[in-house]
Amino acid sequence: MSLAARAVATRGGPRPWLKPAVFVAALAPLASILLQASRGALGANPISEALNRLGLTALVLLLASLACTPAREVLGWVWAIGLRRMLGLFAYFYACLHFATYAAVDQGLRWKAIVADVTKRPFILSGFAAFLLLTPLAATSTANAVRRLGFPRWKRLHRLVYAAGALAAFHFWLRVKKDVREPAIYATVLAALLLARAVVRARDRRRSGQRPAPRPKAAPTVD
Amino acid sequence: MPQPPPNPPSSEITPEAVYADRRRFLKNAALFAATAAGAGAGLVWLTGGLRPGSRATPRTAGTAGKPIAPAPGPYDTAEPQTPFEAVTTYNNFYEFGSNKDDPSRLAGSLRTRPWTVAVDGEVRRPQTFDVDALLSAFPPQDRVYRMRCVEAWSMVIPWQGFPLGDLLRRVEPTSNAKYVAFATLLDPAQMPGQRRGYLEWPYVEGLRLDEALHPLTILASGLYGRPLPNQNGAPLRLVVPWKYGFKGIKSIVRVTLTRDRPPTTWNLAAPEEYGFYANVNPKVDHPRWSQATERRIGELSRRPTLPFNGYAEQVAGLYAGMDLARWF
Repeated sequence: MSLAARAVATRGGPRPWLKPAVFVAALAPLASILLQASRGALGANPISEALNRLGLTALVLLLASLACTPAREVLGWVWAIGLRRMLGLFAYFYACLHFATYAAVDQGLRWKAIVADVTKRPFILSGFAAFLLLTPLAATSTANAVRRLGFPRWKRLHRLVYAAGALAAFHFWLRVKKDVREPAIYATVLAALLLARAVVRARDRRRSGQRPAPRPKAAPTVD
Repeated sequence: MPQPPPNPPSSEITPEAVYADRRRFLKNAALFAATAAGAGAGLVWLTGGLRPGSRATPRTAGTAGKPIAPAPGPYDTAEPQTPFEAVTTYNNFYEFGSNKDDPSRLAGSLRTRPWTVAVDGEVRRPQTFDVDALLSAFPPQDRVYRMRCVEAWSMVIPWQGFPLGDLLRRVEPTSNAKYVAFATLLDPAQMPGQRRGYLEWPYVEGLRLDEALHPLTILASGLYGRPLPNQNGAPLRLVVPWKYGFKGIKSIVRVTLTRDRPPTTWNLAAPEEYGFYANVNPKVDHPRWSQATERRIGELSRRPTLPFNGYAEQVAGLYAGMDLARWF
């Protein structure tokens, strides 16, 4: 029995297949890049192609992780929360690969050029800052870390993800020369997700004003 | 006499719970496979992994350029040539879209014959040339040039073309002529990218007259000994090897000599990023990236970018006394 099949057979919950399936799906972009690279099918500028696709995958997965909470609150998809940490960690995984490809393959580890890039250019700086902001979030993604920090502090720390998302979308915006259609779509999705949170928060505040006992939704949901 | 088979021992009977689990297992396995495949394909699609360009036939690996057959002329580089496949599938030609593989996929809609090029403005003999008549009047020569894109990648391309100066002298510029303006065909039906508003159409470019008359400056009609593919700017395009690639306006229909500096498309779009001169200069960075190095298509590591793209000896004199950081 394959590992994935065993996971399907033994995991509990109403959707035991969901997490393993998303795990495999999140690896698909990397598999496709590696496969095409090995066949020389990444086009005339394979390094730039791989770099762009790794970065875009990181952004997509980051937005997907940011969509989990609104999906539960607005659409009632409680199961989405179970994917949030994994999606966030995959976003960080692709951000690491993106940065490593930039530093090691694109720039050939010429640190002087990299430091100059990061400090002089908003385009590079915004991407690098997003990557840095995600690092403590990935490091404190375990249930243990939540316990250690205490939930309120952990939650405050993880609000950094909003800044990381905005910086990542801005980084993508600055990459294109003139055709901003695709970055504009991602920026709009991010804005919609943040707006949904604001609306939900306002709704909760209004409700808790009517009823003194707030919903127990502040319980740790580190999946 | 055959014995009837004994009943299986009770230890071998599938427990009812496991029997029921079989259905659930199959259902879960199917949901797992469908979700993994659907979400995985969706992610790959969203991030550009399914674009036809990504599935292009494998090109020659490495630098793998053939050495040029004829003895190099005075302006030719002997560096390995970028494979034909890369030169014709990795293009910036926004008239057909902003992705590198858009032009090679979509430029088939461009009709390059009949085609005329009007040469007018500050000239004594304005004239509209049929492109074939033009090419028989000015037979193409081989020129192997480096091409440095403003996006920090470069190629080595064997062009066939004739010096722009030969054409300009034919129409006799007046003493008022100081600049040369170029325009691409404007026809959104043939050039679908022109229906999008990311640039002003038609694409226009310009040179100072002395730049236009320089023997390195050519109008190209072919590459690798074949007629210019549409995605490379058929039937006639400008090649100015010491300037960034965007100066090399494609599919030209008009050449106008002017008194005043003409507008140029990328300068109009982002004046702080793209200047009129756009001479290759490793010391003047693009605001968003460094121009100190470049990636030669087909090579793994970057190489230093040379002033005037390695043609300083021939052209630096054109800019004597100019502050190249200001006139970028």
